[in-house]
Amino acid sequence: MTAEDIKAGGRPASEAAGGRPAGAAAGGRPVGRVRFMDAQRVNLDGFAVADAELGLVAMRSPYDPEPGLVIRDGRVTEMDGVPEERFDSLDAYIARHGIDLTVAEEAMSLPDVEFARRLVSPDVPRSEIVRLSAGATPAKLARVLALLRPPELCQAMTKMRARRTPSNQAHVTNRLDDPLLLAADSATAAAFGFREVETTVPVLADAPSNAVACLIGAAVGAQGVLIQCSVEEALELELGMRGLTSYAETISLYGTEQVFTDGDDTPWSKAFLTSAYASRGMKMRVSSGAGAEVLMAGAERKSMLFLESRCVALARAIGAQGVQNGGIDGASVAASVPSGLRELMSENLMVMMRNLESCSGNDALMSESDMRRTSRTLPIVLAGSDFMFSGFGSIQRYDNMFGPSNFNAEDIDDFLAMQRDWGVDGGLRTVPEDRIAELRREAAQLCRAVYQHLGLDDFTDEHVERAVDAAGSKDLGETDTLAVVAAAQAIRDGGITVVDVVAALDETGYESVAERILVMTAARLAGDYLQTSAIFDEQLRVLSLVTDPNDYAGPGTGFEPGPERQAEIDAIRQARGVEDLRAEQATSAVPLLAVVGPSGKGAGPAASGAAPGQDPREVIIGVSPAVGRDVWRCLSGLTVPEVLAELLAGLEEEGCTGRVVRFNDTVDLGRIGLAAARLAGSGIGIGLQGKGTALIHRRDLAPLANLELYSVAPAVTPELYRLLGANAARHAKGGTPDPVRNPYNDEAIEARYHTTVIALMALERAWAKPGAPPEELSLEGLR
Amino acid sequence: MTEVKALSGRPVEELTLEAVRQGEIGLEDLRIHPETLERQATIAEQHGNPQLAENLRRAAELTRLGDDEVLAIYAALRPGRATPTELTALAESLSERGLSRCAALVAEAAEVYARRGLSA
Repeated sequence: MTAEDIKAGGRPASEAAGGRPAGAAAGGRPVGRVRFMDAQRVNLDGFAVADAELGLVAMRSPYDPEPGLVIRDGRVTEMDGVPEERFDSLDAYIARHGIDLTVAEEAMSLPDVEFARRLVSPDVPRSEIVRLSAGATPAKLARVLALLRPPELCQAMTKMRARRTPSNQAHVTNRLDDPLLLAADSATAAAFGFREVETTVPVLADAPSNAVACLIGAAVGAQGVLIQCSVEEALELELGMRGLTSYAETISLYGTEQVFTDGDDTPWSKAFLTSAYASRGMKMRVSSGAGAEVLMAGAERKSMLFLESRCVALARAIGAQGVQNGGIDGASVAASVPSGLRELMSENLMVMMRNLESCSGNDALMSESDMRRTSRTLPIVLAGSDFMFSGFGSIQRYDNMFGPSNFNAEDIDDFLAMQRDWGVDGGLRTVPEDRIAELRREAAQLCRAVYQHLGLDDFTDEHVERAVDAAGSKDLGETDTLAVVAAAQAIRDGGITVVDVVAALDETGYESVAERILVMTAARLAGDYLQTSAIFDEQLRVLSLVTDPNDYAGPGTGFEPGPERQAEIDAIRQARGVEDLRAEQATSAVPLLAVVGPSGKGAGPAASGAAPGQDPREVIIGVSPAVGRDVWRCLSGLTVPEVLAELLAGLEEEGCTGRVVRFNDTVDLGRIGLAAARLAGSGIGIGLQGKGTALIHRRDLAPLANLELYSVAPAVTPELYRLLGANAARHAKGGTPDPVRNPYNDEAIEARYHTTVIALMALERAWAKPGAPPEELSLEGLR
Repeated sequence: MTEVKALSGRPVEELTLEAVRQGEIGLEDLRIHPETLERQATIAEQHGNPQLAENLRRAAELTRLGDDEVLAIYAALRPGRATPTELTALAESLSERGLSRCAALVAEAAEVYARRGLSA
C-alpha cells in the first residue's frame, strides 16, 4: 500500500462522506499539491488528537495532581494530593523509600520556575539539583520539567548526566539466532565502540546460545563490553549467574498500579529482583517510558510525563542504579501527540535528576520519516547521555528482533557523520574495512570452535564464510535452526558457564580471547560496575558516577573528547584529502596531451607567445593548468581526453577545426575561455576545466560574459559535450544556435562533489604560474 | 585498596587461565562476595544514593541463598501468589536466618498487599 492509499483511506469521515470538501479540486480529490504532500513518508505515521481521557497527552493533563507533600512525625501522610490511606502500591513504595524527607520541604516549596532555572543554570552544580530532586514528589518533578524548552532540556541534560563520558548501546540479534552471525555482528558492534551489547531471541529456547555467541563475539571486537540477553526474568537471571551475561535492563516498571499488576509484578517484587541481580554481581537497570500505560488503556487520565515521573521515582526508591526510558516500546505513542518528543527527552532528564543512569531510549523506530526520527534522536546526541540509545540497532532493521530501532545498521555511517558534523562524542568510531572483515572472521571462527569443542554444533567452512560476509541473516542461505535450539538446550542442561567457554577457547588455541573474557569476569567481582552509570572502558577501567563524575559547569568545563578521540570522530572513512585525489587522478593518467609547442597569447597580460590562428573556422579549446598533468578525470567520470574528443568531434561535424591549448597562468574558466577565443582564428573559444566545467567564449566579450556554460560538471554527458562543440562551431560560422540546456537533477550535487572540487582546484592552482605562457597540446588519440 | 575475593573466598588474582586449565574454577569463584557488596553500598551512600546502598545490602544478604530460593521468593512477591500469612511467615523465616533487610521488604509487602488486594 502506498502512502497515498493509506492517507486517502484515513481522511476524516466528514470529507469522505459528503460532497466535495472546500479544499478539494474538481473531481472530489485534493489538488495535486496536496496529493503530492500526502505521498510523503511522514504521512504513514499516525498522529493523535491529544485526549486526556485516554492519557494521550504528553506534558500535562488536567487530571494530573497538584504537587504536594505532607510529613507527620517523619512519615509521609499525603503525597501529590493523595492521603496515606488511599496510597496505591506505587505511592506507598515511593512515599516510604523514595523521598528524602530532610530536603522535601525545601524542594516542594521551591517555585517550579525557580527549580527549572536552577536545573538549567550552569552555575548551579549537578549535586545541588540531585539533592533537591531527592526531596521532590513525582508531580513536582513533572511540573518542573514541563517548563523546560528544548534547548534548555539539552543544556540540563549536558549538566545532569551522571557519567562524564557519554556512551552507547547496541542491539545484536538476527531472525535465525544464527550463532556465527551473532558472533560476527557482536564483534562488529564492539569494534564500532558500543560498550553494551543487548541481544534477544525470536525463539525463547535459543537464549543461552545467543548469550554465548555474543559473549565470544564482543570479546573479539573489544575488551570490556557488557552483554545482555533480554528474555524472561528467571532465564535472564540464570544466564547472568553463569557469567554468560553481565547486565540486565528489561525489568519493567509502569506508572499505574493496574498496569503494574497486569505486568505481573509489584514494586516489592521488582525491588527484590533488583537485589537478586546485584546479589549475583550483575549490573541492572529498570525499564519504563511513556505510552505503555496508554497502550494498556490504564493511564487513568494522567499525562505521560506524570506517569513516567512515578516510574522514575519508584526506580530510585527500589534502589536500581539506572533507568532505560524515553518511550521505549511506546515511543511512537508519545510521538503521536503534541510535544511528544519533548516528553521523551524529559523522561531521560528526570532519571538524571534522580541521580540515576540514563539509557536514553531511541531504540524503537518512531517514524517512517527519516527527518522525524532524526529530529527525535539528535538533541540527545548533542547533549550527551550515559547511553544515547538503549539499543542502536547495529544490525539491519529486518534482523532487529526487538523491532527496528530508531537507528540501525542502515544508519551507522549517518551517525558517524553526525558525530563529526557537530564535533560530539556519540560513542561510536569508524572501523577500517579490512579490520571489520578480520574481526568478523575471527569471531565466527572462535564461535565455531567453541560450539564444536563443547559438542554444541558443527558448522561448515561455508557457513563461517557466509557469516563473515553477511550484511544480514538473509545472506546466510538455509541454516539449521533446529541445531540452534539443540545447542541452546545443551548449554542450559549442561550447566555451561563462562568458565567452560573460556576453557574451550583456550583448548582450541584462542588463548588471548579466553584471557580477555576471564579478566573481565574477574574485574566484575570487584563490584565497581554496580555503581551508577558504570561501564568498562577498553582498559577495563570502570567509568561511573563514582569514578568519572560529570563536572559540567558551563563552557570550558565537562566532557570534551580528548585529541585522540576527536581525531577518531573526525576521521570517517569517506573523508578525502588532496593527496587522495591526486593518487586517484593518477590512475586515469594516459600518455596523451603531450606538449607540442608554445602557442599563442597567454590568458594574462604578461603572457606572450605565437600569433593567433588565421583560419576563420578554427576554434581553440582552452584547458586548465593541471590538465594532462595531475588532472585526468572529470567529475562526470569521463576522462579529459574523452571530453576533448567529443568537443573536437562536435566542431568537425559543423565543419570547423579545433586545437587544444593549455593556459598555464589562470584557473579561472572565464579567462581560459576568453584567452582561447582570442587565440582562435574564428574568435570563438571553448574553455574546459579539468573537472569538466565548460563554456563557449568570444574574443570581444568580458571574461564573465560567456555565450554558453555547462556549470553542473558532474551531470554532463558525452552527447552534451559534442553538442557544445557543435554550438561553438555554429558561433564560429556566425550563427545563433539554440543554447544547450544545463542538465539538472534533484540530488545533493554540491554535497557530493564540493570536496572533490576543492581538491581538484588545489591541483589546478598548484600548476598555475603568473605569466606562464600557454602550450599547444597534441591531438593524438583525441580523434 | 581492599583485596577482592569471590564468594568462594578465592582472591580474584587467582582467577587465572592456569587455574581454569587445572579445573579449579567453579561457579562460586565467579560469584560476588557479600563484603564487596557492602563496600559498594558504602560508596553508593557517599554518592547520594541511599536507596542503591540499601539494594546492595539486601543483595549482600541474598548471596547466602541459592538461586532456586531467590527465584522462589521473587515468585512469592508477585501479585496474587502468596497469602498475607504466607508472606509474613516468609519474612519471619528470612529474619531468623539473618536476612533482616530482605525480611523487612517482604513484611512491608505483606502489609501493603493486604490493603491493596495484591495477595492471594
